[in-house]
Amino acid sequence: MPQLIRQRKFVADDWRNIDDDPTGRERALIIPFARWQAERDQWWLWDGKLGVRIGPTDAVEALERDFLRISLVAIEFSGIGEGRGYTQAQLLRRRYQFTGEIRAVGKVQRDQLFYMARCGFDAFELPDGADTAVALTAFDDFSVKYQDSIDPGLNLRRRAGT
Amino acid sequence: MYVYDEIDQRVVDERVAQFRDQTRRFLAGTLHEDDFRALRLRNGLYIQRHAPMLRVSVPYGLMASKQVRMLARIAREYDKGFGHFSTRQNIQYNWPKLETVPDILELLASVQMHAIQTSGNCIRNVTADHFAGVAPDELDDPRPWCEIIRQWATLHPEFSFLPRKFKIAVTGSPQDRAASKVHDVGLNLVRNGAGEIGFEVLVGGGLGRMPIIGHVIREYLAPRDLLAYLDAILRVYNMGGRRDNIHKARIKVLVKAVGPAKFREMVDAEFEKSRDIAPVLTDAEIARVKSHFVPPKYELLQDEDVVTGAGNEFRNWYQRNTRKHKIGGYRAVVVSLKSPQRPPGDITDVEMEKVADLADQYSFGLVRSTHDQNLILADVRQQDLKAVWQALQAIDLACPNIGTLTDMIACPGLDLCSLANAGTLDVARQINERFDNLDYLYDIGDLELKMSGCMNACGHHHVGHIGILGVDKSGEEWYQITLGGSAGGQDAALGTVIGPSVAKNDVPETLDRLICVYLEQRVESERFVDTFRRIGVAPFKARVYAPADQAA
Ligand code: SF4
Repeated sequence: MPQLIRQRKFVADDWRNIDDDPTGRERALIIPFARWQAERDQWWLWDGKLGVRIGPTDAVEALERDFLRISLVAIEFSGIGEGRGYTQAQLLRRRYQFTGEIRAVGKVQRDQLFYMARCGFDAFELPDGADTAVALTAFDDFSVKYQDSIDPGLNLRRRAGT
Repeated sequence: MYVYDEIDQRVVDERVAQFRDQTRRFLAGTLHEDDFRALRLRNGLYIQRHAPMLRVSVPYGLMASKQVRMLARIAREYDKGFGHFSTRQNIQYNWPKLETVPDILELLASVQMHAIQTSGNCIRNVTADHFAGVAPDELDDPRPWCEIIRQWATLHPEFSFLPRKFKIAVTGSPQDRAASKVHDVGLNLVRNGAGEIGFEVLVGGGLGRMPIIGHVIREYLAPRDLLAYLDAILRVYNMGGRRDNIHKARIKVLVKAVGPAKFREMVDAEFEKSRDIAPVLTDAEIARVKSHFVPPKYELLQDEDVVTGAGNEFRNWYQRNTRKHKIGGYRAVVVSLKSPQRPPGDITDVEMEKVADLADQYSFGLVRSTHDQNLILADVRQQDLKAVWQALQAIDLACPNIGTLTDMIACPGLDLCSLANAGTLDVARQINERFDNLDYLYDIGDLELKMSGCMNACGHHHVGHIGILGVDKSGEEWYQITLGGSAGGQDAALGTVIGPSVAKNDVPETLDRLICVYLEQRVESERFVDTFRRIGVAPFKARVYAPADQAA
């Protein structure tokens, strides 16, 4: 089982991938993007929570009209070299103002968390066997940042008036 | 130069702590080798042929004397007593131990230096004209802009895992000594119709396997939009660049695939859409950074004639190794790391310390590294030139060959680099032996010779007047020759391959033949590259591949 960090804490996962729970017994399902595109109308009136799982080439702008209904976007990472998810999260959060959970899934490892969190991810599935002891400190690897992002960066400097 | 404030210092200190922890986890076996690889590369740490190689960032080539002394100390205590300056103005150590790298980084941080993003698929060290701030033809000093970009690029949340490495150069003078046209992004300082400073933006240039000259995608970009526009370029690249094939992953491949006009549209559209979230570069921040680059306190001096009556040796050095300065009574001095016995760009700990001393004594305590693997003391009073020359001569750093054939660029090649196809240092040595007559070198005049040990082109061979590329022919080292390349400004061009590659021991002879054709054919003061452009490749080719008895 992957281990879920949400809001900087390890928590039990209340969501299920649709493949693992086809009938939605847990009332919180994550549906792959292509399937969501095809079955959107049929799920819309279902009475559970819905999330969509996207891959690196899926266009986040296609989800904008769904924000009323979906409360989670899971973004896939195939390894440390995959960088598109950072942009996808950044756009979801900042351009399209998505307020639900943005979850990093796949091969996610500790040393990416700092960057991911700054792009708007607030949940992270660490693969089975990941070193959980060191994961939660990753968000504080750096106490200052140059770029404005989800949290202010260079603003620090402007505020300090230096 | 830029001096860190508390924020900048904290970033590098915390980076050291982070890397120390990553190294610890790797050595303890809890951080997987592949993951560690991506992380150590972001700190400039490669695993090379013999040992790790650590590349230290020298942002836009500028160093304070105390930083140079620290580089010397690291060379002595953690390496075999020398460092190697690269074509990206950085310094590399070839023999550090993995376990000691966190300590090295800590020493660097103590003098406001780091190795952040000197490697890996991220935004690399931003380079600039090495005569920035002192060049008479300069429109504006590129270094404050480089520093602003450096900070923006450091640990960028969105653009730290790009398809491939990303290199930016900024130039403030039409001569373009930063080779901005062969960078992923080149920024040329220009003025608009109203006389305001801004940037011409080029994108998609590069060397390596697919050498290509960059395309202008914006004629004038206002400074306040600098970071927003870079964000837009990087976002288009991050989403659109190829990740399936490492050799097709640079931005130039994307630009070529969609076409420069379409790429421009994509960037402009992204730029417009991101207005609300994009960084704004404020006048206050520009002023803050610029205040670190105010000119030093020059004395009021007149230009003086220091060569008349001086000996030949000094005169040669003055002519070849010093450059005009925008302030009267001063010269910029090039410290040659190209003496015959020296692998190009190499310098020992003791030599570094001496250079640092000279900088303190004669050049406001600053040293610069250049793209062609030399150092510069940029602000030397003309009246001090003789003393500086003598001091440099005593440590073999006054070889009067700057701009000549033996001021060649060479990457470390097969001796040290695990990607190499062929050696470069041997070849450099052989070339130095063949062309050891200074008068002959001066007669040949300005000639840029650039050599890479493989297609990655760290030695920038495509843009050498003469380029030498090491290739592997069934396990043997061979060398492909190109002619007519140039990195600079309006002149920028990629070299033409003259024909089949030549064997290792034939490289000096080949150069000799090329030079002979030039000397026979040149008109007046034409440079080698001008003659080549006028007469084309054919006469050179004919001579190089002629049998030995007909070549003379
Ligand atoms: S050009 Fe090739 S051989 Fe030379 S340093 Fe670069 S990768 Fe190594």
